[in-house]
Amino acid sequence: MAIRVQADPFDPGVEVNAMHAANVGVGAVVSFVGYVRDFNDGLDVSGMFLEHYPGMTEKALGKIAVEAEQRWPLLKLEVLHRIGALEPGEPIVFVAAASAHRQAAFDACAFVMDYLKTRAPFWKKENTADGPRWVEGRASDHAAADRWKR
Amino acid sequence: MNITVKFFARYREALGVDSQKVEGDFSTVDDVRALLAAREGFDVLKEQNLMCARNEDLCQLDEPLVDGDEVAFFPTVTGG
Repeated sequence: MAIRVQADPFDPGVEVNAMHAANVGVGAVVSFVGYVRDFNDGLDVSGMFLEHYPGMTEKALGKIAVEAEQRWPLLKLEVLHRIGALEPGEPIVFVAAASAHRQAAFDACAFVMDYLKTRAPFWKKENTADGPRWVEGRASDHAAADRWKR
Repeated sequence: MNITVKFFARYREALGVDSQKVEGDFSTVDDVRALLAAREGFDVLKEQNLMCARNEDLCQLDEPLVDGDEVAFFPTVTGG
């Protein structure tokens, strides 16, 4: 698995292609790309800053990835998250799971995103027309993560 | 025992500090939280949806502590 936390932009297409390069046993790659929106909760958003907890961030993402690899037969798993200043339209997060068959890849990708949203120490601060504001967590994110409990 | 406490995001801004050392006889993460929450200007540490970590792992407030641990308090995470 690969965990990357970086300020630099990335190209989701390049990342997806790398998921099956040099491994012809991969029959399925499922990827998710999250983008910065230009609106949120009724306000225009002109950009945001991603704060994180250096050290814990990598550790938390690693634990989520290890759990995904224990639950599903994955051939490759990548989690990439941006930090720092971001503009609307920029990719902020990338998760991809490669497997021999599609279902494991679909489920693992959704699982990693649901856990990342509720367990990885990132915080968004948006620049809005009304000034900067911290984004608050959503109950729906916790409901989504709860479906993977067992 | 000596504990290093870190704060992030909205809490860090509200408290005006990102890290602090505390000394005392703490059994759990909640003992550290309660000590700090009693200080003037530290009301954010009384919030219901406060999250916490011990040595860079998410934990509950009843998590036991040992000397030298790093504890962190922060609002609900919003990555992704």
